[in-house]
Amino acid sequence: MSQESVLSRRGRIWFDALTDGAGVIDSGLRSVRVADAALGGEIARFIAVVPDAQNRFPRARAGEVGLDEGWTLARQVRAFAESTEDARRPIIAIVDVSSQAYGRREELLGIHLACAAAADAYASARLAGHPVIALLVGKAMSGAFLAHGYQANRILALDSPQVMVHAMGKEAAARVTRSSVEKMEKLGEQIAPLAYDIRSYAKLGLLHKLIEGIDADAPGRADVDRVRAELTSAITDTRAGSSDLGGRLTSPAARKMRAASIEVRLRLAEQWNAQS
Amino acid sequence: MSTNAAARPDFRHFLERRSFIEMGARERVRAVLDSGSFRELLGPFDRIKSPWLPLQGIVAQADDGVVLARGTLDGKPALVAAIESAYQGGSMGEVSGAKIAGALERACDECSQGRLILPVLLFETGGVRLQEANLGLAAIAEIHAAIIALRRYVPVVGVIAGLVGCFGGMSLAAAMCTRLIVTRQARLGMNGPEVIEQEAGIEEFDAGDRELVWSVTGGEQRHAVDMADDLLEDDADAIAAAIRNAFREGPTPERSRQIERYVDLLRSIDPNQPLDGKSLRTLWGRVPKP
Repeated sequence: MSQESVLSRRGRIWFDALTDGAGVIDSGLRSVRVADAALGGEIARFIAVVPDAQNRFPRARAGEVGLDEGWTLARQVRAFAESTEDARRPIIAIVDVSSQAYGRREELLGIHLACAAAADAYASARLAGHPVIALLVGKAMSGAFLAHGYQANRILALDSPQVMVHAMGKEAAARVTRSSVEKMEKLGEQIAPLAYDIRSYAKLGLLHKLIEGIDADAPGRADVDRVRAELTSAITDTRAGSSDLGGRLTSPAARKMRAASIEVRLRLAEQWNAQS
Repeated sequence: MSTNAAARPDFRHFLERRSFIEMGARERVRAVLDSGSFRELLGPFDRIKSPWLPLQGIVAQADDGVVLARGTLDGKPALVAAIESAYQGGSMGEVSGAKIAGALERACDECSQGRLILPVLLFETGGVRLQEANLGLAAIAEIHAAIIALRRYVPVVGVIAGLVGCFGGMSLAAAMCTRLIVTRQARLGMNGPEVIEQEAGIEEFDAGDRELVWSVTGGEQRHAVDMADDLLEDDADAIAAAIRNAFREGPTPERSRQIERYVDLLRSIDPNQPLDGKSLRTLWGRVPKP
């Protein structure tokens, strides 16, 4: 059995560790775990998408973001944002998602819309002033990451070989580009945006913090305390900054690796108003 | 020559119709904006190209496949972004994605200061450009962020004309639009049929079965189940008029915010029962507007 087919327990492990089993809320789905638990002296909403072997949609049993998951994420994010409108409590997306659900039924019923609803809810909460933090503990793949985590003010990640970000799974991407997994891995070593591993991703300047030296599969008390402290610090940092995603273009890494993204915006500013 | 008099106007209209699908991105933007108002931003002479394609032996185009222009719609300031499907399948790379995100961010700034700019997105994209992978995905997240932010001030109007359609992360962007205009030749879906076939097997989705593919993601189907607002013929003037009409009618609740409605609709679906495009129309078919 390939490692790909082993269901990841990372999302569940970190959800349980960070919330300590407190404040669990029934989201209506076994695959979307929600809890309102203490973090840095306030209550934060923690949300994780986890595998559910009994999921009523067979294509969403391995921890994918499917139709029910997308709409449930949207509902849980919006409900919390509305109920803590004045205090603007933080929302923590624990990210371990292998992909969006691939299926004919999913397309028919609008998986694009379900994922858009989740992304919309996170972005709207962020714009309303809720610190939204994504913590990458496993895979953060493609449309699933767009729906669950990529709208966060700050993205944090555990430094672990199983933590990955990419637009398409390795095998599928190799087939689509008529290449091989080996060739793609080689190319990823030379061209950082093509790599899957989190250390390469960290070079792109999109990550707020790569948290090193954590046991990601069996976190001890000290590991959990350190991650909590990093989350709290990211929340403080968020509250001191703006509610947009501009922070992803300001780090030294971003200035190097996303120089074109920055240049596009500078040139747009120059040309925006007509010269006359 | 005996001609059916009643049919003649339709026939003439068909002959005089300007195909929008056959136009390139730049021509499409011109066709949408008020005549003479087109002013391109970051055009080919600015030569802001993909820094990543040449590293992989691919020639980079001088506009990275996105045309941005300011201009007017019915005399009001507008911004139109169009994706060129003929270049890299309309895929979103770092530069093409940043052009769309950056332009929407600027429009949002202007709107927040009370200077309204009407934003229009002409989609024609397979999603992330795999040769720029994570930077394409990051740019799409920034496009989503900009649409959500901009929508607080002004409707965002999207058009999917075809023939590439709108897939991947950009299908989420289409779903976030206040108003979505499609043609019968448009397709809208998150995962392309080929990718589903590869990931889930040919018994799940036969990408070679054109009729099946259209019955799931085609513009007519999407409109029939109320996942798109306007279904039009491939007619540049009709599309330009529908865009103006969308701004005249103003904001409506976006689908991506209608959570309870879709949760209820999904609850009515039994995944153990067979489902196809036709049966979904019976279940979810659009209710005629009063």
